[in-house]
Amino acid sequence: MTENLLEVKDLVKHFTLNGDLVSRIAGKTQTVKAVDGINFHIRQGETLGLVGESGCGKSTTGRLITRLIEPTAGEIKLHGEDLLSFSPKRMRETRRNVQLVFQDPYASLNPRKTIMDILSRPLEVHKLATTWHEKRERVLELLNLVGLGSEHIDRYPHEFSGGQRQRIAIARGLALTPELVIGDEPVSALDVSIQAQILNLFRELQEKFSLTYLFIAHDLAVIRHISDRVAVMYVGKIVETGPVATIFSDPLHPYTKALLAAVPEADPKKPPPRLTLEGEVATPIDPPPGCRLNGRCPLATSICGEVEPALVSVATNHEVACHNL
Amino acid sequence: MSEPVLEIDNLSVRFNLKRGVLRAVDGVSIKVGKGETFGLVGESGSGKTVTARSIMRLVPTPPGEIASGTVRFEGRDIYQMSDEEIREIRGQHIAMVFQEPMSALNPVFTVGSQIGDPLRTNLGMSKQEARERTIEMLQLVGIPSPATRIDNYVHEFSGGMRQRVMLAMALSCDPTFLIADEPTTALDVTIQAVILELITSMIERFDMSLLFITHNLGVVAHACDNIGVMYASHLVEMGSTEEIFANPQHPYTVGLLRSIPRLDVQEKFLTPIDGTVCNMMDPPQGCKFHPRCTQAMDICKERIPEFKELSPGHFAACHLHEQPTV
Repeated sequence: MTENLLEVKDLVKHFTLNGDLVSRIAGKTQTVKAVDGINFHIRQGETLGLVGESGCGKSTTGRLITRLIEPTAGEIKLHGEDLLSFSPKRMRETRRNVQLVFQDPYASLNPRKTIMDILSRPLEVHKLATTWHEKRERVLELLNLVGLGSEHIDRYPHEFSGGQRQRIAIARGLALTPELVIGDEPVSALDVSIQAQILNLFRELQEKFSLTYLFIAHDLAVIRHISDRVAVMYVGKIVETGPVATIFSDPLHPYTKALLAAVPEADPKKPPPRLTLEGEVATPIDPPPGCRLNGRCPLATSICGEVEPALVSVATNHEVACHNL
Repeated sequence: MSEPVLEIDNLSVRFNLKRGVLRAVDGVSIKVGKGETFGLVGESGSGKTVTARSIMRLVPTPPGEIASGTVRFEGRDIYQMSDEEIREIRGQHIAMVFQEPMSALNPVFTVGSQIGDPLRTNLGMSKQEARERTIEMLQLVGIPSPATRIDNYVHEFSGGMRQRVMLAMALSCDPTFLIADEPTTALDVTIQAVILELITSMIERFDMSLLFITHNLGVVAHACDNIGVMYASHLVEMGSTEEIFANPQHPYTVGLLRSIPRLDVQEKFLTPIDGTVCNMMDPPQGCKFHPRCTQAMDICKERIPEFKELSPGHFAACHLHEQPTV
């Protein structure tokens, strides 16, 4: 079995609302439990797809792993070492190994810098290239990797289409030859014909450099396509995780089932999308005890309102957090 | 097909900008019959929203300009109407639902007054009647406790609930035609399923026609009877939903369907459409799709293909289908 590149244990991130002194004295603070005790691992060279709806905590998870925000509690182990114990200097060095690609390439690229500036900056920060020629050579190499020509090097981001910009953002992610790349909805701002190009690019690069991906997305078809294993999040919790084929052909958690039934498939012969849950997504602000899906779930029993279900193994690599299986 | 309710014939819309002329819609013809649901599909910038807005005469002129063509609603030419007549059409006959309910609804009025005011203006209801009707409409679209929610502001609703409010507003004056412009794009997939079901049931219940604009082929596959596919301001293919999905004839439609990742099988690589959409300020000669088309021929670079009926009700604009049949 291959080594776990990343291991996340009991990761928690709580945000405090109304955290000012007056509210605290009056006891009016609220806690947003954005990520509330999640566990998962990613093996070397595989792709873990993290899927869920808006506000479920999937982006927060991605940011926690890079320590762009600090967790409230938990462990994040890269090659078995806890990132949270690292000194700022060590953390900066480690970031070379863990890179992020963001959703919106219109926001993630500085409009006043040329592509040369954008792609050579990481090389400067990590002192991987010193002379102009070295940098230039490496940047051209990166552009070539993501399918852009050398004529693009001195242009500005506004001269590129959305798909091309996302290629540049990916090139920046690869500049430091990381092991782990976290894609936070990297294709959701793109049109479908371009989205397919970028998904293929992610695949090609993974093969070429044996990259490990944490791929965060809300689109189930995208997750189905890119992932080896999938983790489904709902309001700060992982409710089900398993191999991609199992999750999509034999989902066990009522939320996973509901998500899949709600996807309109591009085939009029398939059943129409429908919602098998009641009501709307629960809020992560001071959630009630018990299962987060309680109140919406067709299977709910009295225990669901009292005890939070733990993620338990039901088959090899397949874990589900539900009382009523 | 029954007598069309909406008939768009050879519509071209231009925007005269400082940088040059942008042809947003070029020679588009669409008919929507009574009770029919028509899906207009295309990627960003393909001209689907401008087509929809020109039906309601909502394209700002200038810089916009209807360069050619007609839009007829129930046999009457929209662009020959007086301001008063078009106001009546907008208020009582054609209603529109937009993508982003937070920006389409007014944040400083309660939802009750936003739904109720048109009722009083258009249908001459009293304040009390309008309020009762508003509560009824909110109930109909599935807003819990409508009698109290009527006095809430837009920010007090979730995304899905806001879209319900917009639908209630659109349906309140009993329109016969609904235009929905990406009504579910901003929503999560579970909420999208609910809103789609709601729109479909409302269409049936009130015997309306629907023009549904979306980039999501999955959504049209289930919500529409017929589909038109737009690429770079042109309608490139049109036909029944079954036909378009089972037997697409335009290389762009074929490419679009192939590039969607599937839920049932996992392929290693997808089959994308190469290249990017042409610059609409400076589109290529001939077929706008030819630089990306794997089957492009010499003629494609010179002449725009004719929009031809290939089999009953199935149209496509492609030179591959223009070989003389002997």
